[in-house]
Amino acid sequence: MSEISARIAADPAFVALQKSRSRFAWSLAGIVLVAYFSFILIIAFMPQVFGRVVGDSETLTLGIPIGLVIIVLCFLLTGIYVRRANRVFDPALRDILDRHLESDSGLNAEANGAGDEGLSPR
Amino acid sequence: MAQSMNFLAIGMFAIFVAATLGITFWAARRTRSASDFYAAGGGITGLQNGLAIAGDFMSAASFLGISGLVFASGFDGLIYSIGFLVGWPLILFLLAERLRNLGRYTFADAVSFRLRPLPIRTLAACGTLCVVALYLVAQMVGAGKLIQLLFGLPYPVAVVLVGCLMILYVTFGGMLATTWVQLIKACLLLFGATVMAVAVLMRTGWSLDGLFSAAVAKHPKGVEIMSPGGLVSDPISAISLGLALMFGTAGLPHILMRFFTVPDAVQARRSVFFATGFIGYFYILTFIIGFGAIMLLRGDPAFLAEDGSGIRGGNNMAAIHLAQAVGGDVFLGFISAVAFATILAVVSGLTLAGASAISHDLYASVWCAGTPNEAREVRVSRIATVLLGLAAIGLGISFEQQNVAYMVGLAFAIAASVNFPILFLSMFWPGLTTRGATVGGAIGLFTAVMCMILGPTIWVDILGHDAPIFPYKHPALFSTTAAFICIILVSRADRSAQGERERAAFGAQFVRSQTGFGAAGAAEH
Repeated sequence: MSEISARIAADPAFVALQKSRSRFAWSLAGIVLVAYFSFILIIAFMPQVFGRVVGDSETLTLGIPIGLVIIVLCFLLTGIYVRRANRVFDPALRDILDRHLESDSGLNAEANGAGDEGLSPR
Repeated sequence: MAQSMNFLAIGMFAIFVAATLGITFWAARRTRSASDFYAAGGGITGLQNGLAIAGDFMSAASFLGISGLVFASGFDGLIYSIGFLVGWPLILFLLAERLRNLGRYTFADAVSFRLRPLPIRTLAACGTLCVVALYLVAQMVGAGKLIQLLFGLPYPVAVVLVGCLMILYVTFGGMLATTWVQLIKACLLLFGATVMAVAVLMRTGWSLDGLFSAAVAKHPKGVEIMSPGGLVSDPISAISLGLALMFGTAGLPHILMRFFTVPDAVQARRSVFFATGFIGYFYILTFIIGFGAIMLLRGDPAFLAEDGSGIRGGNNMAAIHLAQAVGGDVFLGFISAVAFATILAVVSGLTLAGASAISHDLYASVWCAGTPNEAREVRVSRIATVLLGLAAIGLGISFEQQNVAYMVGLAFAIAASVNFPILFLSMFWPGLTTRGATVGGAIGLFTAVMCMILGPTIWVDILGHDAPIFPYKHPALFSTTAAFICIILVSRADRSAQGERERAAFGAQFVRSQTGFGAAGAAEH
C-alpha cells in the first residue's frame, strides 16, 4: 500500500465516513432486496395473493399495482442515493483527501492530479 | 402486406442506417488510442451514458420479447420487467462507483486489481463470451424475425445484414460510435413506445381498468392473465429466474463496460440514476403495449397467421402489429425501423464487450502479459469483432425458434453465476484469493452451462430427448449458489503466500475504490 493511501485508510474520519456510507448503501440495497424477493416469493408460493382483485375493479389484480410500485421505488431510491452521495459523502471525502494531500507537499503535485480524477471538482 | 408500406419502413430504416454510418465515419476519425476504442476516451457525460445504458437494456429482447410475453401470458411479463430493473439500484449502491474507480476498460480490470490477472482474466473472458454469445443470439433471432415479417427478406439474409452493419460500426467506430448509435436509438424507441402506450390508453378512455377488462375479454385464458401463471410454474423456477435477472444485470459485461466511458465516479452514479428512470418508464410502457396488443390484436383476422397458430410472426411480433393497429402503415414503418435499429445498437455494444474480452483481457493482459503494443491490441480487437460478428450470424441462423426473452434469461443466469460473484466478492470480501475466484467462478460457469444443456429447453426442445435431466428451466439458483460457496470455501482453504498477499492488498484496493485515488482517468497519461 502506498504511504498516502495507508494514511487515508487509517484516518478515523475516513473510517467513520466509509461506515456511514456503507450503512446507507446497504440499507437502501436491503429495501430493494426485501421488496423484490417478497414479490418473487409471493409469486413462487402464494400466486393467488397477486391474483386477488383490488377494490371495486372487476379485473385489476393486486399484483399489478405492486409491480408498478416496485418499479417506481427503484427509481426513487437511486435518486435518494445520488442526492445524498453528492451532497454529503463527496464533500466529506473531498475534505479528507485534501487534508492528506496538503499535509504532504512532496506528494502534492502527483496526488492532486489523481484526486481530481476520482472526484469531479465542484 | 402492401408494397408501399414496405417502402416506408425500408426508407426510414435506410435513413437511420445512413445517419449511424455517418456517425461511425466521424467516430472512426476520433478513435486512435485503446482508450478511445474501448471507452470512447472517457468523455461521455452521465446523462448520455444513462441513456446509452438504458438503450442497451431496451433491447429487442425487452421491447419485442417482454411485450410478446405480456401478449402471451399477461402478468408474467411484469416479472421479467421488474427483475431486469431491480438490478440497477443494487449496481448503484454497491458496485458502480467502485467499479469506475478500480477499472479501465473491462470489469476484469477491477477484479485483477489485487488478484492475479492471468487466471482471473481468462475466466472473466470465458464468462463474458458465453453471456455475449447467448445475448447476441437472442438479438439476432429478433432481428431476423422482424425483417422477415416486414421486408419479406428471408430470415438468413436479415441476420447477415444485421451482422455486417454491426461489424462496420464496431470495427471502425469503436465505443464512441457504439454509444452514439445507442443514444439515438434510445431516444427514438422511448418516443415510439410512448406514442404506442398513449394510443392504447386513448382507446380505453385513459382507464387502465378498461384496458385490463378489454384484454381479459379477448384473451383465451381470460382472467388468468391478471395473475402469475404458467411462465413460472413452480417456486424453484420463480426464485431462480428472479436471482438470475437481479444479479445477472450486475454481471453483464457490455453494461459494466459502460461505466468506463464516463470521466469519474460522480458521472458513473448519475448514469445509473438516469438509466433506472428511463428503463423503469420503458417497462411500464411495454406492459401497457402488451395488454394493448391483447386488446387490439386478439381475434382480429388481419393479424393472425394463416395456419391458425397465433399472430403472424409469433408472439415476439405483438408490438409491431400493435403499431399498425394504432398508427397505420406510417407508424408501423417507424416502429419497425426503430426495432431494427434497436437490435443493431445492442448487438454492437455486445460485440464490443466480447471483442474487449478477447483483445484486452485475453490478448493484452494474458498473452502479452500486460505489455502489449497498443496499436496491435486495437487491431486484435477489430479482428475479434469480425469473428464474433460471423459467429453471431451462424448462431442466429441456427437458433431461429427460441423465445428471445428466454434466451436473454439464460445469458443473465451465466452473468449471475460467474461475473457477478467474482466482482462482488472482490470488492466486499477481503478473504478472496485468486485460487478461490478461479475455481469457484469456473464451477459457477460449468454448473450454469450444464444445467442449461441438461434442462428442458436444450435437452428436450432442441435435442429431442423425452425428459430433462435437470428439471428446471432457470439454473441461476443452483449455479450462483454453487459459485459463491466454492469461491468462499476455496479461498478460505488457500494458504499460499500469493493468497496472503492478495488478502493484504484489500486495504489499498478499498481506499482506491472509495476515493478514486489514482484511478484511470479519461485518457492515457
